[in-house]
Amino acid sequence: MTENTTSAARIGSDLPAPTPPISVETQTFWTATTEGTLLLSRCLSCREYAWYPRGFCPHCGHLDVEWVPAAGTGTVYSYSIVRRGGLGDYRGAEPYVLAYVELDEGVRMMTNIVDVDEDELRIGLPVSVVFHRTAGEAALPRFTPAR
Amino acid sequence: MTIRGKALIAGAYEHPLRKIPDKSVQQVHAEVAAGALADAGLSFSDVDGYFCAGDAPGFGPLSMADYMGLSLSYVDSTDIGGSSYVAHIGHAAAAIAAGKCSVALVTLAGLPVSGTVPTAVNDRAPEFGFENVFGTSTPSMYALAAQRHIHEFGTTSEQLAEVKVAASMHAHYNPNALLRKVVTVEDVINSPLIADPLHRLDCCVITDGGGAVVVVSPEVAKRLDRHSVAVLGHGEAPKTAAAGRIDLTHTGAVWSGPPAFAEAGVTHADIDYASIYDSFTITVVETIEDLGFCPKGQGGAFVASGALRAPDGGLPFNTDGGGLCNNHPANRGGMTKILEAVRQLRGEAHPAVQVPDCEIALAHGTGGSLGTRMGSATLILGREA
Repeated sequence: MTENTTSAARIGSDLPAPTPPISVETQTFWTATTEGTLLLSRCLSCREYAWYPRGFCPHCGHLDVEWVPAAGTGTVYSYSIVRRGGLGDYRGAEPYVLAYVELDEGVRMMTNIVDVDEDELRIGLPVSVVFHRTAGEAALPRFTPAR
Repeated sequence: MTIRGKALIAGAYEHPLRKIPDKSVQQVHAEVAAGALADAGLSFSDVDGYFCAGDAPGFGPLSMADYMGLSLSYVDSTDIGGSSYVAHIGHAAAAIAAGKCSVALVTLAGLPVSGTVPTAVNDRAPEFGFENVFGTSTPSMYALAAQRHIHEFGTTSEQLAEVKVAASMHAHYNPNALLRKVVTVEDVINSPLIADPLHRLDCCVITDGGGAVVVVSPEVAKRLDRHSVAVLGHGEAPKTAAAGRIDLTHTGAVWSGPPAFAEAGVTHADIDYASIYDSFTITVVETIEDLGFCPKGQGGAFVASGALRAPDGGLPFNTDGGGLCNNHPANRGGMTKILEAVRQLRGEAHPAVQVPDCEIALAHGTGGSLGTRMGSATLILGREA
C-alpha cells in the first residue's frame, strides 16, 4: 500500500478486505452485509443480543435466535493504531485502526475505524457503519466517524 | 478435596538456548523433559502422568507419549494458551491427590524463531470471521486493553514502562536471558510504537525454547534427594468475550486468584515472590490489580513505585527477566513463570535477585487475549509442604 499523500494524518482509507469464512450459521448475516445491513442475533427467549452473531444464545442457552437489523451507529469503546506487525492480508497495510465499537444496541464488536483523522480518534467518538465488499459474498462492517 | 499437601514439584528445567535451529519441536520437548526428570532424580520410566498443550506437535499427548516412550495412566492436554502450564500443575496435583498418577511430567517447547508455532485460532474458530478479518494481532489485542485501562484509570505509558525496566534489571543477572541490557523508562517510551499505546519494549521477546516440570506425590518426594516445593493452591478461570459485553480492563485473575489463595490458606502479605505473566507490560498491571495486590486501577502507580524490583520491592516479580527480557518459548510464557517461582523457593535464583527467606511464591499465567476470551491460571507454591 502506498502512503496516503493527500492527508498525512488520515488513516484507513484503503484497507484490505479479506473474505470471512461463511457457514450455514452465518450466511444470513454475511448476505445482509452485501446489502448494507448490519444484523444482530437476538435470543427468542431472553431477548438478549449476542456479538459475535451466532445461532445459539450464550445468555440463557436457548437454541433459537432471530436476526435483527442494528441501527449501525455507536461509539468507540477502545482503539489502537496498528503501526507494525500486520498479519496476512494486513501485512504492509499499517497504519490502520483496530477498534471495539459499542453499538447503540449495547454489544461491543471488533472492527476497524476507517477514514479517520488521527487527531480526532478517541474513546467515545461517535461512529457509523460502512461496508467494504470482499471478494466473497460478504462485506466487512467497519466504522467511520459520524459526520 | 484440596490439593494442598498432596503434590510437590520435584523437578524443573528451562532450556538454556533462545534460538535452536538444529532441533525439532519434539526433540526440545524430550530434551526439557529429560532435564526436569534429571533435576528431580527420576527417569522417563518413572513417569505415569503427562501434560502438554497446543505447542506439542501432532496428536498432543498421544504423539508425545509415543515419541518419548512413556507408559501412562493419566494424560491432560488442556490448552488455554500461555496459561496452560500453570493450570497443568493444578490438574497434575489433583490427579495425584486422586491417585490417578504419582509422577506427572509437564512439557512446553516451541521454535517460533527457527520455525513456526501452531496458532490456536484458525478460520474454523467461530470468532474468526468477526475478529481476525479486521487485522488482529497479539500486540494490537493487548493494545486495546491498554488503551481502555489508560482511559478508565489514568494509567500512563511511563507507568507501564516501569514493568519493563524492572524486568530488565532482573534479566541483567540471567546469563541465559535474551535481553540483558538494563533499560530506562525513556528507552521504552522512545522505542517504536507497535500498536498504540504499546511500544516495542512493552512487548515480550520471541524465542525458541522450552521448559518442563515434574510434579510428584509426597511419597515419591520423600524418596528423592532434591528439594521439592509444595503445591499449595491453584485456581483457573477462562474469561469469555461475554457475548459482546467485553470490558478489557479485568482479567481472568479476578476469578482464578481467590480460589488459589483460599486453597493455599495464605494472604497477599504472605506472598514473598510473584511470577506474573508478562506478555506485555499492561498484562502485569491488570493482573496484579485483579489478583488483589493493589486496588483496581492503581496498578500503574503500584508498579511505578518500584514494587516489582527484586529483592527489596514489595512484590518482587519475574526475577529471571520474565517474558519481557528472558524467554517466551513457543510464544507461551506460563512454564517459565513456574520455573522461576521454583528457583526462588529453592533459593536458587541469582543471588542479586533472590528474595531472602522466600517461603511462599505465586505464579500466574495468562493466555490468548487480555480482558476478553483469555485463559487465566494462578498457582501458589510453598518452600515447605
